[in-house]
Amino acid sequence: MDFFTHFGRYLLMIKGMFSRPENFKMYWKEFMHQCNDIGIGSLGIVSIISVFIGAVSAVQTAYQLVSPIIPAETIATIVRDTVILEFAPTLVCIVLAGVIGSKIASELGNMRVSEQIDALEIMGINTKAYLVMPKIAAALLTIPLLVIISMVLGIWGGRLAGVASGILSTATFDRGLIMDFIPYNVIFALIKSYTFAFIISSIPAYYGYYVKGGALEIGRSSTKSVVVSCIMLLFADYVLTQLLLTH
Amino acid sequence: MIEFKNIKKSFGDKVVLNDVSHTVETGKCNLIIGTSGSGKTVLQKCLVGLFEPDSGQIIYDGVDFTDMDEDGRKNLRQQIGMLFQGSALFDSMTVEQNVMFPLDMFSKMNNAEKKERVNEVLKKVNLVDAHKKFPAEISGGMKKRVGIARAIVLNPKYLFCDEPNSGLDPQTSMLIDKLIHQITKEFNMTTVINTHDMNSVMEIGENILYMYEGQKEWVGNNEEIIFSKSEKLNNFIFASKFLQDAKDMRMLEAKGIIADDRNMDEMLKNGNEIK
Repeated sequence: MDFFTHFGRYLLMIKGMFSRPENFKMYWKEFMHQCNDIGIGSLGIVSIISVFIGAVSAVQTAYQLVSPIIPAETIATIVRDTVILEFAPTLVCIVLAGVIGSKIASELGNMRVSEQIDALEIMGINTKAYLVMPKIAAALLTIPLLVIISMVLGIWGGRLAGVASGILSTATFDRGLIMDFIPYNVIFALIKSYTFAFIISSIPAYYGYYVKGGALEIGRSSTKSVVVSCIMLLFADYVLTQLLLTH
Repeated sequence: MIEFKNIKKSFGDKVVLNDVSHTVETGKCNLIIGTSGSGKTVLQKCLVGLFEPDSGQIIYDGVDFTDMDEDGRKNLRQQIGMLFQGSALFDSMTVEQNVMFPLDMFSKMNNAEKKERVNEVLKKVNLVDAHKKFPAEISGGMKKRVGIARAIVLNPKYLFCDEPNSGLDPQTSMLIDKLIHQITKEFNMTTVINTHDMNSVMEIGENILYMYEGQKEWVGNNEEIIFSKSEKLNNFIFASKFLQDAKDMRMLEAKGIIADDRNMDEMLKNGNEIK
């Protein structure tokens, strides 16, 4: 099947999600369930990754800034900007594409193969609205929150590593942290995280929802969905950076 | 009553249903039988709207299903219950939650009323102590019964069963057949069953459609099937010697040649006389 067929079906799936819920309470329950799975379920891995990427970026920046004329505060400034602009939104979302993407694709794929989606259709439920919409909505709500948490933890990790390894003091780090701070960078990171959240939830949902075959195909579609999500995420990252950060 | 007229369905070049017409009657167990790949599952999926037929009409009690908009279909589907081949229970829900799901979604009952209704249908399908179990913790036969309970919990007018006996032992299979038959009669449902289980055909086949390579080959009931002249049907139904012998015995009984199986051996030796 060619790209345009996939893309057309993907758009139809997105269009099909928008309908009046058969029972608002049940949709809300499913949305909250997904918020828990996607948001709370990914909090651990996001926290660990964020602390370490912040720590590593502080140590590596210090390693590369060997000139005595560059103030030590610059290390904190670089850590802050790389974490906010790239590491927190992009790297975390790439990890989440694997964690959440494979979960969404395999969950929907299993429901399709075991006829659970057909069973819901027979009951008169719009399965795109009931199964796909809450996942995308939950991702749109929780992933930007995870990205904000990642920013904070990343910077904290950098501070911790910087101080622990004797590169700079906490006071120096804190001074560098507020030096030349551009609040727009946070807004840019949030715009990216919303876009990535949509990509890493809707593409796996598409691959899972339309899977055909058995267990082998569920695995294949799950892997494919992660690969396609990551590629689309990096492409979107470049386009957004080009559009929003160049003057 | 469900009528379907001139249903055609193809997947690519492969014609799966070729001009199939039939009437499914209310209050009866209507069976669609045929070999694997004969098109019975596709026909049933067309009837419930999971597949769109390429042409033809499906009429539910005078209302054209093929002509309905999405909202109309959604409303009609709330009157349809379906038991799937693999039961299609929701893995993450307990038996009770599975059966309660249609009530949660579509009824205005309060929690106590819902629980009472769930208990009532689970009792009807003989599952009184499995409420808190997950689908992975129960047997195939129990899964089928939970599937039936979920299908009937909203009191549907139409019940569709896709191979309800597949993967079950003969005894459980018969229990499921009896259950479906009993529910059909009790609630005067229009029941459509896809099967290739010969026990089901003989036990509950009140209106049988035999499909062969996507076409209607024979229509009748479990009494008439014994006397069918269709070679294809006979080859399908009475495939083994055991079943052929059983058929011969039934014919002898019907002709009044034997009253029971005491002189069966003797009669079977003389095949010409039987025919």
